[in-house]
Amino acid sequence: MLINKRLILAHFWLAFIVFGAALVLGAWQMFERSPLNVWHFNPEFYYRSVTAHGTVMGYVFPTLVAMGFGYAISEAALERPLVGRRWAWAGIALVAIGSVVAMIPVSLGLASVLYTFYPPMIGNAFYYIGVVLVVVGSWIWVALMSINLAVWKRDNRDKPVPLAMFANVAGSYLWGWTAVGAALELIFQIIPTALGLTTTIDAGLARVFFSWTLHAIVYFWLIPTYIAYYTIFPRAIGGRLYSDAMGRVAFIMFVVVAMPIGVHHLFADPQVGAGFKFMQSVFTGLVALPTLLTVFTICASAEIASRLRGGRGAFGWIGALPWKNPIMLATALSLVMLGFGGAGGLINMSYQLNTSIHNTQWITGHFHLIFGGAIVIMYFAIAYDLWPHLTGRTLDSYGMMRTQLWLWFIGMIVTTFPWHYVGILGMPRRMAFYDYANPAIAPQAFSVVISAFGGLILLTSGILFLIVLIRGQFAPRGEAGAYSFAIPLHMPARIPVALNSFGLWLALMIGLTIVNYGYPIGQLMAVKNTSVPAVYVGASR
Amino acid sequence: MSEDELYSPRNPWFSISVGVTAAIAVLSAIVGLIWLPLLQPNLKLAGIWDAICSAAGVPNLPRPAAAVPPAFKTSNVVVTPEMLTRQDQVSIGRGATLAQRCAICHGPQGVSDANSPNLAGQYAAVTYKELNDFKTGARVNVVMSPFAANMADQDMRDVALYYAYLPRVPSSQVNPNLPAPAIVVTGAPMRNIPPCGSCHGEIDIKAGSPWLGGQSAVYIKAQLQAFASGTRRNDISEQMRNIARQMTAEEIDQVARYYEAQP
Repeated sequence: MLINKRLILAHFWLAFIVFGAALVLGAWQMFERSPLNVWHFNPEFYYRSVTAHGTVMGYVFPTLVAMGFGYAISEAALERPLVGRRWAWAGIALVAIGSVVAMIPVSLGLASVLYTFYPPMIGNAFYYIGVVLVVVGSWIWVALMSINLAVWKRDNRDKPVPLAMFANVAGSYLWGWTAVGAALELIFQIIPTALGLTTTIDAGLARVFFSWTLHAIVYFWLIPTYIAYYTIFPRAIGGRLYSDAMGRVAFIMFVVVAMPIGVHHLFADPQVGAGFKFMQSVFTGLVALPTLLTVFTICASAEIASRLRGGRGAFGWIGALPWKNPIMLATALSLVMLGFGGAGGLINMSYQLNTSIHNTQWITGHFHLIFGGAIVIMYFAIAYDLWPHLTGRTLDSYGMMRTQLWLWFIGMIVTTFPWHYVGILGMPRRMAFYDYANPAIAPQAFSVVISAFGGLILLTSGILFLIVLIRGQFAPRGEAGAYSFAIPLHMPARIPVALNSFGLWLALMIGLTIVNYGYPIGQLMAVKNTSVPAVYVGASR
Repeated sequence: MSEDELYSPRNPWFSISVGVTAAIAVLSAIVGLIWLPLLQPNLKLAGIWDAICSAAGVPNLPRPAAAVPPAFKTSNVVVTPEMLTRQDQVSIGRGATLAQRCAICHGPQGVSDANSPNLAGQYAAVTYKELNDFKTGARVNVVMSPFAANMADQDMRDVALYYAYLPRVPSSQVNPNLPAPAIVVTGAPMRNIPPCGSCHGEIDIKAGSPWLGGQSAVYIKAQLQAFASGTRRNDISEQMRNIARQMTAEEIDQVARYYEAQP
C-alpha cells in the first residue's frame, strides 16, 4: 500500500539525477589521473571535482535513497499512510537546498577540501553549512521512521514489527547516531574556523570525530541493500525468506557494532593510542558477522526458490534460478562484489596489514567496490522493483535492465581491481597528477588506463539506468498491485521482545561508543596546545 | 511482550547480549591496553599502569630540562614575510654609498665573476640576515666577517635594500634549456629532502630563502658542502644542514650547475 507516491518518487528522482551528475565527474576523474590525459588540466579542477563527486555520492545520493525507500517501507510494511507527510517534504527540501548551498562554493573552487573535510584545510563556510542542512534533513527522516513505528506499535501491541520496517528503523537509528560525530566536528570545530571566529583547529580531534561517522556511514548506505536482500529478493524470485529472526539479528548487530569501530580509519594517526586502535580493530572484525549471516540466509533463500522451481542436486539448483529476472541478477552480482570487497576490508581492518595499503589507491578501490558496486547495484534493483508501483506504469525493458546490471558489474570490476593492484604497488590516493614517465611508477600506467576504461563502462551503465527509468515514466499504464515484501519460510507467531524493539540495542551502541571513543576524545579535548593554524583553501595568497 | 521482561538478567537475550558485548570489550581492552604493550621490548614499560597509559595514548611530555646552549653562535635574525619589502629611496641611496666597499668582490652593479655571490636583485631580507650573521659571528668568513663587524644595523638594512633595488643581470652561463634535476623539482622524500624549488623559487618562495638563479656554481657548491660538514650553521632550525647532509655529491654538483644556468 503506497500512498505518498509523489514523495517517494521525488526522493528517488532527485537521488538518481545527482547520482548521474556525480558519475560523469567520477568518469572524468578516472581519465584525468590516467596516462590517457595528455592535456594536463589544472590540478585544482581535479580536487574540485573529487569534492563534488564525494559529497554527492557520499552524503546526498545514498541519504535520499535511504529516505525514499524508508518512506516506501513504512507505508507498505505497516500498511498505513505515512505520519508526518509535511515534515517529510520539509526533509527532502532541506536536502535539496543543502546540496545546492554546498555545491556552489565547491564549483567556484572555494571548498576543494574533499568530502572528508581534512582539517586543517578549511574551505568556504557555505560548503559545510550545506552539508549540515543535508544531515538535518535526513534527521527529520530518522525521527519520522521512529514516530511511524511507535504509532503502529500502539495499535498493534501483540504483532511482530515487519522485518522490512524493523531493519529500516535500525538503519535510521544507526544514521542518527553516527552522523553525530561529523556534526560535532562541523558545528564546534570547522564552521567556526571557516567563519573566521577562530584561526586554529585541533585537526587530530576533528579526525577522531569524523572517524565516528566515517565507518558507520557505510553501513547506513548498506542497510537499504540488505533490506532488499532480505525482503525483496526472495519474493522477486518466487521463494521464501529462509529466516526472519536471522535478519533481525543481523540488523541488530549492525546497530550495536557498526559505529564504535571508526578508529580503524586512523591506524596511521598519532593522536589515538595503540590500545584503542586494537580494541576498535577487534570490534571491526565483529561487523563481518552480520554480513556472513546475511550471505548464508540469502543463499538459503535462493535455494528454496530454486527447489520450488524444480532445481535439483547439491549445486544443480543454482542453474535453475530465474537468472533472467533483474533482481536475481543484481543480487548475485552484488554478493560477488560484496565478497571481494569484504575480503579487502578484512585486510584494511587488520592493524598490521593496514600499513601496507594505508592511504593508497587500494582504499579507493575498496570503497568503490563495496559502495559503488555491492550497494549501488541493489539501489538499481530497488528502483526497478518499486518503479511500477510508484509510477502506475509497466516497467518491462528487462533486456536493457540486465545489460545495465552486467555493465555496472563489469565496469566496477574493471575499475576497482586495477585500483587495488596499483595500491599494493604503493600508488597514493587523492592525487591529481602522476608522472608516468618516472621509471618508479611507469609500471602502474597500464593498470590505471584499464581502470579509466572501467569508469567509462560505469558511465554507460548509469546512462542506461536513467533511460530505463525515464522509459518507465512514459510507459503505458498498468496496475502493479499492492507492494509486498518476502514472506519467511516459517512466520513466527511470537517474536522475543529483544528482536522486536530497539531500547537494549541502542543502549549497547551508546555504551560501546563511550567505551571505545570516550577516552580518546576526552583526552584530546583536555590536552592544551593541540590546535594548528587553519589552511584556507581557495584564499588568495 | 512487555518491555519489563527484557531488562532482566533472567532474560537470556539481555544477559547474553550484554554479557558477550562486555566480555569482548574487556578482553580486547586487556589485550590491547596491557598484554600487547608489555610484549614490546622497545617501549621499556615500568609496569601495568605504565602499559595502560602508553597504549591509551596519554601524552608522554618530556620533563622540562635546562636547555643546553650550543657551543657556537646561532643566528638571532627573525625573518618575516614582510621584512624589508618596502622600498625606501633614502635607504637605497645610503646603501649605494656604503656598497662602494663591497664592489671589489660583488661587482659595481652587484654582479661579478669572482665566484662571490651576485647580490643584484637579491631579496633584502636575505642580504640583511647574512650581514647580521657575519656581524654576530653566526656565520664566519675571513673576508666578510671584518667588513660586517663595524656595520650598524641601519647600514646593513640600507645595503640590503640597495642590492634588492638593483636589477638582476643574467649570468654569463645562462642556459634555460638545462633540464631541472629531480632534487629541484621533486626533492627526495625518502631522504626527507623537500624540492629546492619549494623554497628557492619556481614552485614557491619562502621568506628568508635566497634567489639562486645566476649564482656562481662554485659558490653554491661550497655552501652546500659547508652546510653538510657543519662548518656553516646560521640556517634557522638546521633546515639547510639537514638537507645538505642527505644530498649526494652528484646532486650537489647538479644543483650548483642548474642554478648557475638560470636567469
